[in-house]
Amino acid sequence: MKHLLSIRDLDADTLTALLDDADRFAEVLTRSVPKVPALRGKTVVLAFFEDSTRTRSSFDLAARRLSADVVNFAAGSSSLSKGESLRDTVETIHAMGIDAMVVRHRSSGAPGQISEWIDASIVNAGDGWHQHPTQALLDSFVLRRRLGSLEGRHIAIVGDIAHSRVARSNMEAFTALGARVTIVGPETLMPASVSPWNVEVAHSLDPLLGELDAVYLLRIQNERLDEVLIPSNREFRSRFGLTAERARRLPDHAVICHPGPMNLGVEIDREVTANDTRVAVLDQVAAGVPVRMAVLYHVLGPGRFPAGDAGTPASAEEVV
Amino acid sequence: MSTIVLTGGTVLDQQGRRSGDVLVDAELGTILEVGPGLSGDVELDASGCVITPGFVDLHVHLREPGEEAAETIESGSRSAALGGYTAVVAMPTTDPCPDAAPVVDEILALGRTALCEIRPAAAITLGRQGRELAPMGELAARGVRMFTDSGTGLQDDRLMRRALEYAGSLSTADGVPIVLAQHCEVAELSAGGMMHEGEWSSRLGLGGQPAEAEELMVMRDIALARLTGTRIHFQHLSTAGSVAMVRAAKAGGLPVTAEATPHHVALTDAACAGFDPVFKVDPPLRSAADVEAVREGMRDGTIDAVATDHAPHPIEAKERPFDQAPPGMLGLETALAVVMAEVGLSLDEALPLFSWRPAEIAGLADRHGRPVAPGEPANLAVIDPDATWVVSGAGSASRSQNTPFEGRTLTGRVRHTIHAGEAVVIDFEATR
Repeated sequence: MKHLLSIRDLDADTLTALLDDADRFAEVLTRSVPKVPALRGKTVVLAFFEDSTRTRSSFDLAARRLSADVVNFAAGSSSLSKGESLRDTVETIHAMGIDAMVVRHRSSGAPGQISEWIDASIVNAGDGWHQHPTQALLDSFVLRRRLGSLEGRHIAIVGDIAHSRVARSNMEAFTALGARVTIVGPETLMPASVSPWNVEVAHSLDPLLGELDAVYLLRIQNERLDEVLIPSNREFRSRFGLTAERARRLPDHAVICHPGPMNLGVEIDREVTANDTRVAVLDQVAAGVPVRMAVLYHVLGPGRFPAGDAGTPASAEEVV
Repeated sequence: MSTIVLTGGTVLDQQGRRSGDVLVDAELGTILEVGPGLSGDVELDASGCVITPGFVDLHVHLREPGEEAAETIESGSRSAALGGYTAVVAMPTTDPCPDAAPVVDEILALGRTALCEIRPAAAITLGRQGRELAPMGELAARGVRMFTDSGTGLQDDRLMRRALEYAGSLSTADGVPIVLAQHCEVAELSAGGMMHEGEWSSRLGLGGQPAEAEELMVMRDIALARLTGTRIHFQHLSTAGSVAMVRAAKAGGLPVTAEATPHHVALTDAACAGFDPVFKVDPPLRSAADVEAVREGMRDGTIDAVATDHAPHPIEAKERPFDQAPPGMLGLETALAVVMAEVGLSLDEALPLFSWRPAEIAGLADRHGRPVAPGEPANLAVIDPDATWVVSGAGSASRSQNTPFEGRTLTGRVRHTIHAGEAVVIDFEATR
């Protein structure tokens, strides 16, 4: 695997292999020296053309835990803001000698275009409304840990599906891993067509609650209100928000996920996030590092982890 | 007297096919004689080729004045000549916009040395802003035959009605009635749309333009054509619904005409799957069902003319992310071969769509799309129906390279083009 651009490019076996390796890296992270030399000598550029705190920090840490050299490229102060084209900008960075570029861009498809322009591994860290594959992997990682397996599990993804790269990646990852997925929200927040995905559509959350193994809440982006996609945040909460009352109707084993940042009192209530142990939001954040280690290792390393000398942990312990 | 003779070919025009050489007076720019065994000062081999009236493109963006890095009137006209065109209608999407006499005069002046006739279309509204009418009478008097806000639809219902009413009585100084042409797109409905709204826009996470954004304006303008009785020409129809409405309007006797592009009969929205902005165009590439409906419209005459919507953009403009790149693609050099192959038309069936029907719509029927006969203007295309070539943007005469057919092998190519008696293309190459 040279690039990670879209979950759609991965088959179930590859997804599972990435999650299995993420499990192994999660174990590495519990050690006193949570670091392996797997990518020593490799250079990873974090090219975030759109702002992000948690994803960038998570990639940064993942690359360092693999002993890669990390360069942070800040788009705000870059030559892009002086009118340089995206292609010239990435070719300039590439000319400095890099092995991988982690790309976040507000335009759908930009990481794929960059992969055509430069000879480096490209990891998509979120592009427009298109894909956020490492988010889907870390969500799958958390759900697999909490539920044992996604096979046959019923997962509802709730909210603004149309404008969400998280929704697109997760629909593809969850269904590839055998889950039954229902997307839930008003029609104004649904994609024009759902035929690209093997999912069901529901315009009401309440009838589903009792049968869900997981509910995945998406952020309602307030700028969408300008487009009259929903009457108000209040109405959204009353129909689709995970209130304490709705949370009570979820099965005990159900997992509650949110990619963050959360709008408390809109898609999820503070009562739920503060008290309900089924909420996996911090697990999701924590999973980001081992999952992104697995991704970087797959695109830059010799293959599966551990493998050969590169996979030997920095500590003397054997990795299983 | 200098003459050119086209030898060994078959003549094809409104009267059908017949064999014969064609002798052209290069100075007068007229056809002297059609018949067997002719000779002249310059002999151009046309054996195995078909000699037809030159083509007329109702819709090209030549970028001059304003964006000469993308195209100039000269480079665009060279591309046109290589495609068999002897006249093109240049859209008013330039800077400055031809909404006033000096800009129209500048374009006409630049066109005088071009490799084909350049007819400027002028804006319906000042600056194509959709608020105030441009001085259509004054511009018509200078020879403007088509008015359009090209690139954008005239959104305001009342203003469109007034434009049609006002234009209905206008004609050029030599008595050719003018025509209003509309880019049908309801802006409120297409806003944020980077491609056709459907399965592919959903999958790719790109904003969509629903087919209905085009169809609602087609519907409105058909109603306004009925209300005002003024002729209207629909540009680049791309949806099944648009074709069906125009078909019904024509059956009802309304004065409407329509064009469609080669790319809308050749490519679907699936072409955007790789996020290559070369495939970004407005109106967008549509679904397979829409493509088939536009093809059928070309076959049954609902679509009167093929128009390329030739829209050059420099490489750097198309090396942006999809949502930041400008829409548009090249079309002049590939139009005939693409349409014949994709629509399944013979040259005999395709020719009216390329030549005399657009000549009539553009008000150029006095000198383009004429029969190949003595005394007629020498605006001719000589087509080698068996010639195959591989499309290359870099090899195009355009200053830009954004062809959506890069690498495709096409069959049927223009070998020679005669414009006003001048051989501007000889053996697949422009002569200047």
